[in-house]
Amino acid sequence: MPDSILQTTCLSKQFKKRFAVRNLNLEVFPGDIFGFLGPNGAGKSTTIRMLLTLIKPTEGDVHLFGHSVLKNRHEALKSVGGMVEKPDFYLYLSAVRNLEQVGALQGGTTLKRIFEVLELVGLKERAYDRVKTYSHGMKQRLGIAQALLNDPELIVLDEPTNGLDPQGTKEIRELILSLARDRKKTVVLSSHLLSEIEIVANRMAVINRGELVVQGEVKSLLDAGEHHVIITGSPATRIRKVLASRASNVRSFRKQGEEYHAVMEFGDVPKLVQLLVKSGVKIESVIPRRSLEDYFLSITESSSIA
Amino acid sequence: MNMIRLVYYECVKTFLKKRTYLGFLIILIIVPLVEIAMKIEGGRFTGATLRSLQQDFFFVGNLFNGWIVAHQLMNSLWVHIPLLISFVAGDQMAGEATAGTYRLILIRPVSRTRIFFSKYLTTLVYTIVFVGFLGILSVGLAVALMGTGDLLVFDRGILVLPASDVAWRFFAAYILAGWSMAAVATIAFFFSSFVENAIGPIVATMGMLIIMLILGVLPVEFFQSLQPYLLTSYSSVWTKVFADPVRWDEILTSVIALGSYSLGFVSLAWFIFVRKDILT
Repeated sequence: MPDSILQTTCLSKQFKKRFAVRNLNLEVFPGDIFGFLGPNGAGKSTTIRMLLTLIKPTEGDVHLFGHSVLKNRHEALKSVGGMVEKPDFYLYLSAVRNLEQVGALQGGTTLKRIFEVLELVGLKERAYDRVKTYSHGMKQRLGIAQALLNDPELIVLDEPTNGLDPQGTKEIRELILSLARDRKKTVVLSSHLLSEIEIVANRMAVINRGELVVQGEVKSLLDAGEHHVIITGSPATRIRKVLASRASNVRSFRKQGEEYHAVMEFGDVPKLVQLLVKSGVKIESVIPRRSLEDYFLSITESSSIA
Repeated sequence: MNMIRLVYYECVKTFLKKRTYLGFLIILIIVPLVEIAMKIEGGRFTGATLRSLQQDFFFVGNLFNGWIVAHQLMNSLWVHIPLLISFVAGDQMAGEATAGTYRLILIRPVSRTRIFFSKYLTTLVYTIVFVGFLGILSVGLAVALMGTGDLLVFDRGILVLPASDVAWRFFAAYILAGWSMAAVATIAFFFSSFVENAIGPIVATMGMLIIMLILGVLPVEFFQSLQPYLLTSYSSVWTKVFADPVRWDEILTSVIALGSYSLGFVSLAWFIFVRKDILT
């Protein structure tokens, strides 16, 4: 495995008595689209602020390209672009003027480069309009443009699809995928939506209440553990009979309200549907669910109730 | 990274903001209004000023001219100038926090110290430009409208400065006024560096100046012992060049005291800013 380009070691942040992040160890490798997942208030933004030096860790360190952000901030951030939470700009300035400001802090930029990134995010036509006339989606895209301005190797995006409509979300998602695929960028992407991470990321970490829950390859994490299939339909007796049959390959099942929860391989789902239809079951729904998804939903729900 | 470039881009940001021009607009309205009114009123203005003295003295010739009007205006405007200065200086850092743009600029590979000082230098540039604008407009317009002549001032008595000896005094007075306002701007900048809205620094700066002004004039022994430490004891340093002979030693003391105030507050602001967690 290549050397990590982002590494946090025992990263903690304490606000008064409360730990927002505790003992966090993350590793991101070149070429990754790294999903950083957690419910609202889990500590994602605090972590990203520490990665990008907006917040000083109480304990631990962050290494970017092998450089400590605490000891060698300049070298650590040289090849990093980022957008933290909602994209805020100087609203009274145009996109070009805003990007000139950002460029000045990165050792200077050219108008050509500014127009390149604006074209990439589809804002070239509005380059000289004041940002206050932009929609939320346009600001979000300008946020990505400023993160790309210095042609960074690592791009850190904090909930980049927040508040966007489905079309806007799809566009940003495609942009992130193209950055990794076509421009060989490494992307760290935080989100509170597993589905979003599942679509774009190859590796991910789940954080809850400031602590790392799990980290690894998205595919292996989602495939690991038990897979549940939730079946609803009628009559119930026939469903039970099919699930209990050896032919269905169902390992175990239980009834929960109107639903049957079966533990089985996802590959056997088509066969199960076939058997249910053959035995005269009127199927209403067959929903595959993975253990991580269940786990993530449970922490998301519990945090939103709290 | 080139500090000049950082200051240039900070200046672009500051001078493209509408609020930056509010102070200029106020000056642009007040100064011509007052000076044109004085021109129309003519000698009645000096007559009112000198009325009490005319019982004991006999004035020969016309003392009403551009110099005396510009001097009077300088005296009266300096009460309001700190407010107009703190309006922009107080927004330099707090404005970034309010707009959320700290998140845009502080994730770059440039140190917070450089960003901080580029902002501070921009604040000083604004202060100098503003004081310079006030000086050129008020003196230039007064002289253009009412011509030059001897300048009558009160400095430990009545002093008449010959017309040929006045121009350099105005020039020096505005340089000292700029130095004095830089100290006020630094205080506003200091408050701006650790709050998240621009109103707080303006109120805090003005509040601090008013408190010091009151403490400085109260005839209480304890408060009088504080006088050497109050900014307001030195902020009217520019008036000292309208003395004959000029008391350079007092000017030097004031310049050092104002400089120390600026240095102290900017150091404290820097200390806070580089350690600050950006949570907005």
